Amino acid sequence: MPSRSEIRPGRMPPEVHPQAFADLHPPLDGHEVRVAADRCLFCYDAPCVSACPTGIDIPMFIRQLATGQPLVAARTILDANIMGGMCARVCPTETLCEEACVRNAAEGKPVEIGRLQRAATDAMLETGRQPFRRGAPTGRRVAVVGAGPAGLACAHKLAVLGHAVVVFEARAKAGGLNEYGIAAYKATDDIARREVEWILGIGGIELRTGARLGRDVTLAGLREEFDAVFLGLGLGATNALGLDEGGLAGVEDALAFIERLRQAYDLSGLPVGRRVVVIGGGMTAIDAAVQARKLGAEEVTIVYRRGPEAMGASRYEQELAQTAGCTIRHWARPAALSGEGGVLAAVTFAVTQLADGRLVDTGETFTLAADQLLKAIGQTFVAGDVREAGGLLDMAGGRIVVDAERRTSLPGVWAGGDCVAGGRDLTVVAVEDGKRAALSIDRTLRAAMREAAE
Amino acid sequence: MADLSVDFVGIKAPNPFWLASAPPTDKAYNVERAFREGWGGVVWKTLGEDPPVVNVSGPRYGAIHGPDRRVIGFNNIELITDRPLEVNLREIKEVKRRWPDRAMVVSLMVPCEEASWKAILKRVEETEADGIELNFGCPHGMSERGMGSAVGQVPDYVEMVARWCKTHTRMPVIVKLTPNITDVRKPAEAARRGGADAVSLINTINSIMGVDLDRMAPAPNTDGKGTHGGMCGPAVKPIALNMVAEIARFPATRGLPISGIGGIETWRDAAEFMALGAGTVQVCTAAMVYGFRIVHEMMTGLEAFMDERGYARLGDFVGAAVPNVTDWQYLNLDYAVKARIDQDLCIKCGRCHIACEDTSHQAITATKDGVRHFEVIDEECVGCNLCASVCPIEGCITMEPLVNAVDRRTGRFVDGSYRNWTQHPNNPRAQVAAE
Ligand SMILES: Cc1cc2nc3c(=O)[nH]c(=O)nc-3n(C[C@H](O)[C@H](O)[C@H](O)COP(=O)(O)OP(=O)(O)OC[C@H]3O[C@@H](n4cnc5c(N)ncnc54)[C@H](O)[C@@H]3O)c2cc1C
Ligand SMILES: Cc1cc2nc3c(=O)[nH]c(=O)nc-3n(C[C@H](O)[C@H](O)[C@H](O)COP(=O)(O)O)c2cc1C
Ligand code: SF4
Ligand code: SF4
Ligand code: SF4
Repeated sequence: MPSRSEIRPGRMPPEVHPQAFADLHPPLDGHEVRVAADRCLFCYDAPCVSACPTGIDIPMFIRQLATGQPLVAARTILDANIMGGMCARVCPTETLCEEACVRNAAEGKPVEIGRLQRAATDAMLETGRQPFRRGAPTGRRVAVVGAGPAGLACAHKLAVLGHAVVVFEARAKAGGLNEYGIAAYKATDDIARREVEWILGIGGIELRTGARLGRDVTLAGLREEFDAVFLGLGLGATNALGLDEGGLAGVEDALAFIERLRQAYDLSGLPVGRRVVVIGGGMTAIDAAVQARKLGAEEVTIVYRRGPEAMGASRYEQELAQTAGCTIRHWARPAALSGEGGVLAAVTFAVTQLADGRLVDTGETFTLAADQLLKAIGQTFVAGDVREAGGLLDMAGGRIVVDAERRTSLPGVWAGGDCVAGGRDLTVVAVEDGKRAALSIDRTLRAAMREAAE
Repeated sequence: MADLSVDFVGIKAPNPFWLASAPPTDKAYNVERAFREGWGGVVWKTLGEDPPVVNVSGPRYGAIHGPDRRVIGFNNIELITDRPLEVNLREIKEVKRRWPDRAMVVSLMVPCEEASWKAILKRVEETEADGIELNFGCPHGMSERGMGSAVGQVPDYVEMVARWCKTHTRMPVIVKLTPNITDVRKPAEAARRGGADAVSLINTINSIMGVDLDRMAPAPNTDGKGTHGGMCGPAVKPIALNMVAEIARFPATRGLPISGIGGIETWRDAAEFMALGAGTVQVCTAAMVYGFRIVHEMMTGLEAFMDERGYARLGDFVGAAVPNVTDWQYLNLDYAVKARIDQDLCIKCGRCHIACEDTSHQAITATKDGVRHFEVIDEECVGCNLCASVCPIEGCITMEPLVNAVDRRTGRFVDGSYRNWTQHPNNPRAQVAAE
């Protein structure tokens, strides 16, 4: 009979952890940088640039890197994307810039843009230098809610443009999912914290942690007190399985599991099940499964209700999970959980199929023995945080509606990142949202300043 | 199987691949290793009068690299051999005795006095070497002492020394030319007048390989000061090819045997020199960069090429390209080509477009129907070959001759006629074309 102790720490000898959780893509050394950079053709109107959500001038930074000026290259990157360092680690480049690289057509292997970007941004981060200066003060104050990639990118750009920024962050640490969500092997060496500190190093940004919109401050209050408000709230809630979870021990959100892991000082103290089942098909599912394996789970099965093409995780990420020893089962949805003594023991799945474009059960079922179940079936926006805006804040599919400049339907309120509708739930997209919103806020405030002066 | 053997001004060798006079041929140890790998001959590192010269003990060599550290150009400030004459002569004799089928040519450089040349020639003859090469090329160090390129740059001296050598030895005399001169045909002609049996070229080109921006001095440098060196390696090949071709087609030097040198790394490089008239080729940098084993690639590659083309012996194609080297004024101005992009090969990097757009004739599209697409606009294309030169995919852009077709840029019907500048109406001095 399974007991509570099946979810326990120390499944892997502690000496294995540093290796298991080491950098997924270790940094390129000087020679590797030269060889990799040499493959870039300095394309005209480069397709890789169009494929980068932040539009980094990739051929230019690679050329600068190749000529021995990593800091100049970093400047080119950071001009377009202040989180170029984190993006170099977490971007699914295989579906972004590197997918578009013309070298794929030439020899089936793109220029290693992500790793080159990392070489440049690492060099900058190592100097500890902030290449940007605060702009001449405009006397305008902007509230940024949420210190994730969207909020921080917005805050930094606003500081560059001379506005005073106060960042309200509900949690104890800034960084958003960079700090709490991204897989450990993508964010080694405390990069999330170091990058946040470096970004704030520009000055002019006041960070208030433990300050939650909807609890400690209100949207109405912020609109009153500040000249503009940016919402970068991310997705605060996770979806439920839609079945009776019966309060069984061993069932939890994948995100909570990952967060514990990211915040742990000592991985050997971290409990993990022997047989782990992960439900979902996105990046969170992959990350949770791979990290459970790395912690020493013997069997890890990802179960997804549709086929591999429909998974949110890219081919590359699916392979990453398989290489780590996880099994991916498609076309099944959890139908029932069973437990013994209040502890999860097995999960029963209904086999699914497509009928006339709709997902239906075939009637078959199978059961997997499991002592830990991680739910990674998507996150949702916590609309409650902005409820007092009432019907004035247009929403679509449970997220905030914005225009191309990231303006919401509420005057003076901008939004970006995962909490807005129609995004791609990627760090790099959140950064672009924050940047665009900052530029739009700046235009709006300056126009108002000109008007007032006239 | 093609026959690679050569008889170059009476010097016989199993193949035309010789090592140029330089560090690879500096002593018996190296030359033995080279012969074991199959090199057809060597030109021994240049001998001079005792006491031997003294080299710097700092860096002697510099290089320019491609981004992957491939050596594209190489230079040196080395002098001639710094070993006693006696030692070199003894080793030359021993090696020649052990390898009688290989070409053993001895490079020489002594002061511009007949007695000096006469004396050293006697001693070289005793080694039973096959021939001598007069080093009129070294552009650094030795030239400051009135030797090397200081001689090679004055045709009268070239002629004079060549004549002394022909007078005082029965051995074939090859004159090695310096490229650091305006018209290489002049010293070649002088060598022939002096009775030289052949010329070899090129020696190295005056060069500063780079500047150390921290020390504000040439890189590499000797204790903070640098001097120009002599450059060689793949980057000098085009210069060498031109000089070889000039000598091969100039009436006063036509037919003078040539040993081609400069940037030769592969069988193809060698074949190109030979097509322009070189009877043998000499290699230095490629051996210094990759070691002696490269000669296998050269031999097998050249053999395969000759078999494929039906050339039984080297003489079947040596000089074959010379008749097609001409002056600009005789190029056919009625001939026209248009760039063609093979859409299946194109990887859409856009380099052809931006090159033509920014710097040439605005003759390549960037989009078609709103989609990224690179295609030549015949109405604008002058057939300059820039796009094909910058395209990263070999064979993707080709220059296609117009045959019985209208050149849509000029509106002229291209019918295969021939009309050069001397016949062109825009040339005020055009000869009246025979109707
Ligand atoms: C497990 C996991 C793995 C991922 N892996 C990748 C990856 O490899 N590559 C990639 O590109 N993307 C990845 N993503 C997605 C990426 O992390 C997000 O798209 C990105 O972080 C979104 O940034 P954001 O600023 O919009 O939101 P978040 O990063 O979620 O930041 C929102 C911030 O707002 C704060 N906040 C929320 N509500 C309030 C409130 N009411 N008051 C004050 N503060 C509030 C939160 O505490 C948080 O700090 C992953 C996501 C997850 C969950
Ligand atoms: C280090 C070095 C030393 C050389 N020394 C001599 C020399 O002593 N005598 C000589 O005639 N040429 C000398 N050369 C020139 C070479 O023989 C040859 O002409 C030149 O390097 C071009 O050929 P490559 O491109 O194959 O190197 C030297 C070249 C190098 C690189
Ligand atoms: S598409 Fe590839 S080769 Fe072209 S500029 Fe971008 S990285 Fe370089
Ligand atoms: S040949 Fe010259 S003019 Fe013609 S398309 Fe190419 S670059 Fe342009
Ligand atoms: S340079 Fe070559 S590969 Fe690149 S777009 Fe032009 S034709 Fe295509």
